[in-house]
Amino acid sequence: MQDEPTPIELTKSVADFLRHDIAPLISGHQAFKLRVAVNILDLVTRQLTREEGSDAAEVERLRALLGMDGSVTELNRALAERIAKGEVDLATPGLAEHLWAATMDKLAVDQPNYASYKRELGRNP
Amino acid sequence: MIEAELSRSVQRWCPGATGVAGVARLSGGASQETWRFDIAHPDGVIGAILRRAPKGYGAAPTRAAGLAAEAQLMQLAFEAGVPSPRVMHVLVPDDDLGTGFVMQRVEGETIARKILRDDEFAAARPHLARQIGAVLAGLHRLPQDRLPELRHMTAAKEISDFERDYRSLDWPKPVFELALRWLRDHDPGPSAEETLVHGDFRNGNLIIGADGVRAVLDWELAHLGDPMEDLGWVCVNSWRFGEIDKPAGGFGSREELFAGYESAGRKCDPSRVKFWEVMGTLRWGIMCGGMMQRFREGPDHSMERAMIGRRASETEIDLLRLLAPRGS
Repeated sequence: MQDEPTPIELTKSVADFLRHDIAPLISGHQAFKLRVAVNILDLVTRQLTREEGSDAAEVERLRALLGMDGSVTELNRALAERIAKGEVDLATPGLAEHLWAATMDKLAVDQPNYASYKRELGRNP
Repeated sequence: MIEAELSRSVQRWCPGATGVAGVARLSGGASQETWRFDIAHPDGVIGAILRRAPKGYGAAPTRAAGLAAEAQLMQLAFEAGVPSPRVMHVLVPDDDLGTGFVMQRVEGETIARKILRDDEFAAARPHLARQIGAVLAGLHRLPQDRLPELRHMTAAKEISDFERDYRSLDWPKPVFELALRWLRDHDPGPSAEETLVHGDFRNGNLIIGADGVRAVLDWELAHLGDPMEDLGWVCVNSWRFGEIDKPAGGFGSREELFAGYESAGRKCDPSRVKFWEVMGTLRWGIMCGGMMQRFREGPDHSMERAMIGRRASETEIDLLRLLAPRGS
């Protein structure tokens, strides 16, 4: 077991430093690059916060859907292959729900401000 | 710096020109560069843009039409009254600037979010969906016998190209697989009519002023194919920049876009447009994957490129909204 602060806390502290202390000091292309850097750190922080829970839920759904066991990567590969072969499609019970849940979990990390995501978040699945 | 070469070049082909000033690199990767500069002339300064592949970067990637073709298309568009910069000079070996061309600079805005939000464009915005429809109709009507050599594309060929690109990434994505299946199942077949297709006509590749569309840029993906492809691509959600209820580039409705297109005397096929919108959404998703791969393996190890890799998921949610929409 590793010591604390946790990676989430550490990454967040760097992002906050860059955002509050450095950003006001620079301009132009450097400022643009800094914004990208801060966005990356924020994304990493969101992933560290959410990944464990969303991966566990995804594995759970994929096991039920595919009737097999494996890591989240292996199960995604298996699902991709079955869709490619036409063995699984939108008529398969649970597929659409699974893809929606997995995609919403990705957007929550990648782009929580993406307009389609915000719209879907406000919907009852 | 290329100021000396540019200065010698303009004096050869622009009568009266005495040199250049304000040379600045705008954008582009290693193989293709865009520069802005001013031509000094006794009658007044002429704003210009250089698009070029530096020496040693002559070979265009397989999908690109090439800079010579791009120059020819822009000039043809200009002559036909499609908003386009006037091409002033196509580079020759004596210019010592690589391959490419010089065009007249068109003032205006290309940054999509500014066009969609800034007050300066408020008066133009309600007309843009219709206007880009009419511009596309003009573009699709460019005389085929005067076009440069371009690749012929069909939906079936695009699907297999994208499938190959996607498989080469070794990046299993169930939503992309679903989209590939959907595209194969819904391929409307070759278009009855083959026209020039711009290939990257979208908000972001248009110069817009307070009066509307001033120029269509980035012709490098031009090809021959189904004209409805351009109408589908302009509607891809990523090019609405947050204005998700305005499919036509974030400017307005599909109906306005189609009305503009038809008012210019061409017919729309909404179901083909929808098909190409799905294709375009997948296309952008696979392009994001390509960015991820180039970030990992290529010389461009930039943060921006890395973050575009993380935009693939936006196309997954948009594909699901198109193919498996949820109830409200």
